[in-house]
Amino acid sequence: MNIFYPLQKLADWLVYQVLSVMPQTHLADALVFFIYDYLKIIILLAVIIFIVSLIRSFLPPEKVRDILSRNNKYLGYGLAAALGIITPFCSCSAISLFLGFVEVGVPLGITFTFLVSSPMINEVALILLLGTFGWKVALIYVVSGLAIAIIAGLIISKLKAEELVEKFDQGATTGALIGGAPMSWPARFSYARDYTGGIIKQIWFYILLGIGFGAWVHGYVPANFLAQYASADKWYGVLVAVLVGVPLYSNAAGIIPLVAVLTEKGVSLGTSLAFMMAVTALSFPEFVILKRVMKIKLIAIFAGIVTLGIIFTGYLFNFLL
Amino acid sequence: MKIQILGSGCASCKKFYELTQQAVDELGLTAEVEYVDDLQRIISMGVMQLPTLVIDNKIILSGLVPGKEKIREIINKHRA
Repeated sequence: MNIFYPLQKLADWLVYQVLSVMPQTHLADALVFFIYDYLKIIILLAVIIFIVSLIRSFLPPEKVRDILSRNNKYLGYGLAAALGIITPFCSCSAISLFLGFVEVGVPLGITFTFLVSSPMINEVALILLLGTFGWKVALIYVVSGLAIAIIAGLIISKLKAEELVEKFDQGATTGALIGGAPMSWPARFSYARDYTGGIIKQIWFYILLGIGFGAWVHGYVPANFLAQYASADKWYGVLVAVLVGVPLYSNAAGIIPLVAVLTEKGVSLGTSLAFMMAVTALSFPEFVILKRVMKIKLIAIFAGIVTLGIIFTGYLFNFLL
Repeated sequence: MKIQILGSGCASCKKFYELTQQAVDELGLTAEVEYVDDLQRIISMGVMQLPTLVIDNKIILSGLVPGKEKIREIINKHRA
């Protein structure tokens, strides 16, 4: 039995009984579809974010740092990329994580792998992709994100970029703060609940907008309308998508419903995904903050490698699917 | 009571600071709320996730911006 069956009933009831829309009309179908889809995604998100943040309560950045600083060099890249998936941070933390990692001797390349993987692959994007396009696309998204993060880290370590990190004098240590005591289970649950609530509060409206816009476009714009500009055989599609995507910055929740619409209207999946990755992985506000600790050259190398990686992934998808 | 918000200058960090200031005002406390964006200081405090709420040199909350209600509750709890 479909575990979302009660939602279907709820959506039917809301549309036919509460709003008394005539069944079997376009409007009724669209409304039922919209309410069902929206509730399903929100519930999935809440459950998964809750579980991930519960896991995360065992993995504060200090622990991630310790794991990465003592591990084998090559295993380190894989670990850094994998840990990046379950430990998303807002771009506010990029700089402090960077400094904190490098300070205790996590190699620069591994630090970058983590910095790339964390914003690029996240659980919200994964669930939305899974719900919209199915597991195959979600899997390819994770694998290519991991690959880009690892390759970016490896290249930066080969470049011996250490001298491009601004000298950062720690000065006299004013003494570390008293960290929180080890968390108890109730505290972990309360952290997970707060975190989940915070994220849902941030994104529910974008998802509503995205799905609503999607439903509207679904009915009014002819399918494959965009194919003439951006089908897989148009060689410039991915390039344009990435160039447009890099200056835009948004979280995955806002961009995926849009990606779904683009795809439905004929933009090839590789091109759409490249657009999404460019929007979420690279952000100018983050670069400005990182400039306080890195030479512009290093930021440019970092952004350049990630951009090339995304472009490559876009073409690969277009080629494979 | 010493309240500090550590942040890197990003939007959520500033919002956290403003919410905390409002919460303190609403509670009618005289406690000073300090916004710390000096990275050297932040790193030497051993903090890696921002924004972070620190009360009397103790890390209270890291890496997320809570609602104002929650902040009030936290401050109240540490008032003693």
